[in-house]
Amino acid sequence: MHSDARPPLTLTLAAIGALLFLHLPILLIFLYAFTTEERTYQFPPPGLTTEWFAVAWNRADIWPPLYLSLRVAAVSTALALILGTLCAAAMAKARFFGRDQISLLIILPIALPGIITGMSLRSAYAIMDIPFSTFTIILGHATFCIVIVFNNAVARFRRLSGSIVEASMDLGANGFQTFRHVLLPNLGSALLAGGMLAFALSFDEVIVTTFTAGQQSTLPIWMLNELVRPRQRPVTNVVAIVVFVTTFIPILLAYYLTRGGSETAGGGK
Amino acid sequence: MMTTNRAILPERGLGDRLSALFWRKPNLLLVLLLAPPVLWLGVVYLGSLVALLIQSFYSIDEFSGVIVPEFTLATYAELLRPSNFDIIVRTVTMAAAVTLGAAVIGFPLAYFAARYARGKWKAVFYLGIMLPLWSSYLVKVYAWKLILAKEGIIGWAVEGLGGSAVLNSVLALPVIGGTSLSTSYIGTWLVFLYVWLPYMILPMQASLERVPVSMLEASSDLGATRWQTFRTVVFPLAMPGIIAGSIFTFSLTLGDYIIPQIIGSSRRFIGQAVYQLQGTAGNVPLAAAFAVVPIVIMVVYLTIARRKGAFDAL
Amino acid sequence: MAFATDTPHMTPAVEFQSVSRHFGAVRAVDGVNLTVAEGEFFAMLGPSGSGKTTCLRLISGFEKPTAGVIRIFGQDSGNTPPNRRNVNTVFQDYALFPHMNVRDNVAYGLMVKGIDRRTRHAKAEEILAVVKLDDYGDRKPGQLSGGQRQRVALARALVNEPQVLLLDEPLGALDLKLREAMQDELKSLQQRLGITFIFVTHDQGEALSMADRVAVFADGKIAQIGTPSEVYTRPRTRFVADFVGSSNVVAPAMAKALGGPEAWASLRPESIRLLPWSKSEIRGSVTAMRYLGSGTRVAVTLPVGEISVLVPAGLPLPNIGDSVGLMLAPNALHPLDGA
Repeated sequence: MHSDARPPLTLTLAAIGALLFLHLPILLIFLYAFTTEERTYQFPPPGLTTEWFAVAWNRADIWPPLYLSLRVAAVSTALALILGTLCAAAMAKARFFGRDQISLLIILPIALPGIITGMSLRSAYAIMDIPFSTFTIILGHATFCIVIVFNNAVARFRRLSGSIVEASMDLGANGFQTFRHVLLPNLGSALLAGGMLAFALSFDEVIVTTFTAGQQSTLPIWMLNELVRPRQRPVTNVVAIVVFVTTFIPILLAYYLTRGGSETAGGGK
Repeated sequence: MMTTNRAILPERGLGDRLSALFWRKPNLLLVLLLAPPVLWLGVVYLGSLVALLIQSFYSIDEFSGVIVPEFTLATYAELLRPSNFDIIVRTVTMAAAVTLGAAVIGFPLAYFAARYARGKWKAVFYLGIMLPLWSSYLVKVYAWKLILAKEGIIGWAVEGLGGSAVLNSVLALPVIGGTSLSTSYIGTWLVFLYVWLPYMILPMQASLERVPVSMLEASSDLGATRWQTFRTVVFPLAMPGIIAGSIFTFSLTLGDYIIPQIIGSSRRFIGQAVYQLQGTAGNVPLAAAFAVVPIVIMVVYLTIARRKGAFDAL
Repeated sequence: MAFATDTPHMTPAVEFQSVSRHFGAVRAVDGVNLTVAEGEFFAMLGPSGSGKTTCLRLISGFEKPTAGVIRIFGQDSGNTPPNRRNVNTVFQDYALFPHMNVRDNVAYGLMVKGIDRRTRHAKAEEILAVVKLDDYGDRKPGQLSGGQRQRVALARALVNEPQVLLLDEPLGALDLKLREAMQDELKSLQQRLGITFIFVTHDQGEALSMADRVAVFADGKIAQIGTPSEVYTRPRTRFVADFVGSSNVVAPAMAKALGGPEAWASLRPESIRLLPWSKSEIRGSVTAMRYLGSGTRVAVTLPVGEISVLVPAGLPLPNIGDSVGLMLAPNALHPLDGA
């Protein structure tokens, strides 16, 4: 729906207002990382300093959660890439009995609130006496990351001309050669985008994680604790910036990798 | 004849043999492709959901605090106790308020992006909605803690504009007020609204993109005013998108426990109840029963939404 | 197979024995028998949905027959996947690999057979020269015109020296001028290389002008197989008469009025002459005229129905409304079976 008519002024203002509402709050995170006031959220900051970055760097309690988050995100992303791509390959073209049920199964982990995924896993661990570990966190993260990879991959599969796979077979390539020389190069950017979104999603996830982590602390859980019981508030801001940038960059890259397609749109967390 | 032998090439290696097998039995390939993800989701996710349901039918021994693994409806009956039922009502009310707010604030942006933004601006609007959707949830919540704090930017701005009296009278309102924005329902609502708004805008925009301009022109051709065109043409056509968006905002609000924990009064929401019951209180059955509530509400909601054709806009 | 030109001394390149391919209740290909001789330029002609493309995909191996046997150079292909058939296809949308340049596209078949880069690139350049794309090796498919892509697709198939080349409406996406040029080029290429070409098209002009033999498909069955002139001048069924060219399909009553037996028949517009009204027993009035360049198509209404007559350029034309007489060339009425 496009027209050359000029938008009414009130609509323009409302749209810009909503856009600012979405973006301005984040900027405050950056500002408060430089404040000299460490006990309150006083605005405007009484003074500006860069010391908090050094303080955060030297805080020993930040590093283990950061490593754990990176490890969980990396493993979950790898698992989601494999499972999501397999699923997309099967679902992109074929029509079979139970297809709708499977696509429902894939989106369920993000369609239902995170607390249900979290509480379900928690119940399962309780019933089966599984102790909390990095593995229990990954189990949850990989589950809700599958749909992200799946959405990206399935959209690309559909956009690919179906006959290039046939052309490859026709020219003498077997299934594995076709995958390596034709499918993978054409799926590559979509998988990369899906992987990066999955990584961002996992790195930042807190709701499911609180149910599956036990005593372990990922970076978001560390942040949550600081939010509830603040110590050095600006340090939390520094970590927030790190989390923000670590998720923001992959998202932006994913957008550029899949431009022109519909992969990321409504990919929904 | 020499050519005869060259019509069919020899098999080379395992790759060829497996490819031939998959060619002869395409369903085998399909099964092999689907098995790992379906097993994973079936065992890990569905298995867990079943575990959740099972737990919700267990109960807890009040004296020892040990879970009694016997079927009972007593745990569900506990949900109906006034203190627990209040939590459910409070959460559903908040979800409805957030959904309504998101639809009202998001509509102009979705409409503008769908109808007037083009070329470079189209991309700006797209990214402008996508990036907040994907960026860190916790960071977004944290930003609002900074904003809503008594000494924070809103307090400063209100004071600077001389509006303290207005803010105080708003905070003095019963139920939704509180000692400061960050401890009131207004604050909780604002943060929910902020965090889930993009989930409302995207499907709305998608359904508005599908409204042909010619239809709007036809409407104004027939003498409709702008407001009439909006009310009788645009709004009904955007409805599936709004319902699709509301599925997200409603469901996400129902299940969240971080936002009300950080911004809001001490009165609990479903999510907080689940979290505390399974954690410190150690009452996993009741926590599970609480977690089933959003599932039931969402199933009802989705059934209604499906009838209204909202899934086409997803 | 009354109309097939049998080639008893050679193994046929492709042979269908009662081949069917059903998709559920849809009989896409239904009991087809045919033989294509080695070195033949064979066209499968028919409207969309007639089963011709499915037949092509049965030969390449992308479809498997529900029943029947397909032999390629005498060998049953039932257990051979597409990659092991020395049969190559030029796809309707060309299906060039978008991420490879033209040279790598052409060399693809050689690469997957394990031929080293230098050799395969040299062969690719050689075949690119044959299709007159010498300097295009480094370009990506996206940078080529439709006609150039078509040539790349052709080169990519030919470089493998296939026993049979399958072409699925390869000229469909080209504009008229280019299409005619490519028709000539394909024909001469096929004669030069001596490879069996099987060509699927819905354009009867294309089929008639290029092919050695034509199979006309209707509803998953072969309505007629024969040389272009056989199919054109002696259509066996009303469908063939109607679909191939622009024959008059003559109902029994009309056939009788035209002096033939009372049965369904076909009648070519160019085998009818217009005479002055008084000089013929068969009379009608001119109801419409259409100028075609090489001639004019005149619609003449007789008491029993309408018939179309082709008046070659240069001969005098009647006016609309004139009464005219008709004269038929000897044996112009061809009986049709399966009316």
